[in-house]
Amino acid sequence: MKSEFSANLIALQTIVNREVRRFTRIWAQTLLPPAITMALYFVIFGNLIGNRIGGMGGFSYMEYIVPGLIMMSVITNSYSNVVSSFFSSKFQRSVEELLVSPVSPHVILIGYACGGILRGLAVAAIVTILSLFFTHMQVHHLGITVLVISLTAAIFALGGFINAVYARNFDDISIVPTFVLTPLTYLGGVFYSIDLLPPFWQGVSMANPILHMVNAFRYGILGVSDIQIGVAVGLMLVAASVLYLWCIHLLKSGRGMRQ
Amino acid sequence: MSKALSIRQLTKTYGNGFHALKGIDLDVAEGDFFALLGPNGAGKSTTIGILSTLVNKSGGEVSAFGHDLDQDPAGLKRCLGVVPQEFNFNQFEKTFDILVTQAGYYGIPARVAKERAEEYLTQLGLWDKRDTPSRMLSGGMKRRLMIARALIHKPRLLILDEPTAGVDIELRRSMWTFLTELNRQGISIILTTHYLEEAEQLCRNIAIIDHGRIVENTSMRQLLQKLHVETFILDVKQSLSKAPVLAGYPVRLISEHSVEVQVDKSLGINDLFVQLNAQGMEVISMRNKANRLEELFVSLVEKNLAKGKQ
Repeated sequence: MKSEFSANLIALQTIVNREVRRFTRIWAQTLLPPAITMALYFVIFGNLIGNRIGGMGGFSYMEYIVPGLIMMSVITNSYSNVVSSFFSSKFQRSVEELLVSPVSPHVILIGYACGGILRGLAVAAIVTILSLFFTHMQVHHLGITVLVISLTAAIFALGGFINAVYARNFDDISIVPTFVLTPLTYLGGVFYSIDLLPPFWQGVSMANPILHMVNAFRYGILGVSDIQIGVAVGLMLVAASVLYLWCIHLLKSGRGMRQ
Repeated sequence: MSKALSIRQLTKTYGNGFHALKGIDLDVAEGDFFALLGPNGAGKSTTIGILSTLVNKSGGEVSAFGHDLDQDPAGLKRCLGVVPQEFNFNQFEKTFDILVTQAGYYGIPARVAKERAEEYLTQLGLWDKRDTPSRMLSGGMKRRLMIARALIHKPRLLILDEPTAGVDIELRRSMWTFLTELNRQGISIILTTHYLEEAEQLCRNIAIIDHGRIVENTSMRQLLQKLHVETFILDVKQSLSKAPVLAGYPVRLISEHSVEVQVDKSLGINDLFVQLNAQGMEVISMRNKANRLEELFVSLVEKNLAKGKQ
């Protein structure tokens, strides 16, 4: 039992190392683009336009959008890391290396998810450092900040895994990020408070899960939020659990991997 | 002797309704070098796919060294090393990293994995390619890399699905030597191949699968004894305008200096030479028209085909 546990631990370490090695090897595709994109957001939205907008939620516009932009990077990168890595391994059939080995489905999933989470957090760290060139930042509640950013990264890493399992070609791995994640993120309170919206659209916005994540993170950094933090964290825990179980079901059934 | 592999009533029906396996029974003894032969689409790769858990079975039971596929898949997987027919490693990873990563999946600590990777890469002549991304390797090198990868966790049963396909003869023979040595060390081996000479040379026992059924399962020696007639090509010194008449031996003229002769085992070959001598013909060289196993294989598959049509 103990040896099986340590074998699984080594397997997990192996998968995580391989995932980290992958995204750091191709850093020009994985770590550099979000840094450039976010620097442009800071310059254009935060500095040039933000100065004319004035304050929001009691903070300068730049301070207000920084948590949202960090979350935007985490969401995009956690998702795309897992979806592209796992789909590539399916496409090259190197996923068979894992499937013929005694690694448990939980270890496979946690390994890939950790890869996505670590890339999300690495990009978050880069974007945070960049933001310090434009504004000062203080953390209002460290625990909430760490919990929300980790849960968000985990949720989107698991989402990316599901997308990769169902994907049959490279088009299938870009549909969700382009047509689902990007609109939900832009409409998820990254750039504005939903107080600015009419009551009807405020209600509609509440159905956007990304709004809850962004606001929960903003609360951790700035101490202001459009939503209740307890509800947001609860929803995230439920979402992470449901996605985890879905992924495990897919791995056990071998969908898209076993004939 | 204990069983390395036991298969009972194994069936597989694919989603499109194709019955790839129709109830296969197969036993491979520990330490055996076993050939699984069959024409394309016979069910060999499906069988290997099920053993390696890449194909879900429709029915039946499979166990390796007592580890049941349904009850203890992890235990079964630890016993098996699989060399698939098609390359399936990460094209961007380095040769050395592929082996160390694979070892990690089996819970082997990095230090031990690195030692083993060096050992197998050296044995298979790939050590100087350790830092080369796998996509840059030649076809033969990729095949050897897949063998090294399958061995990295020291499996008790090695399954090779056409390991020498597309490999030049020199390399093929060096792989035969390597596999024979592995078998001598106690690793049970199951081999599928299209080179029947390879199966005849390496394997002690054999099963022939066709249309999802086992049509023959015996020792190589016993199977070859079933061969009643062998066909030889004789190269003769004299110029021939027509085939010589040899009592009891059907002869066909192939070219001016060579003939094809069918030899019934009951007659033997001595009388053939006596008759040729009597006709003043000098034989320069003699060879089998086809590999002996190939003749049997073709006749078995044709027989099975005829049975299927009836």
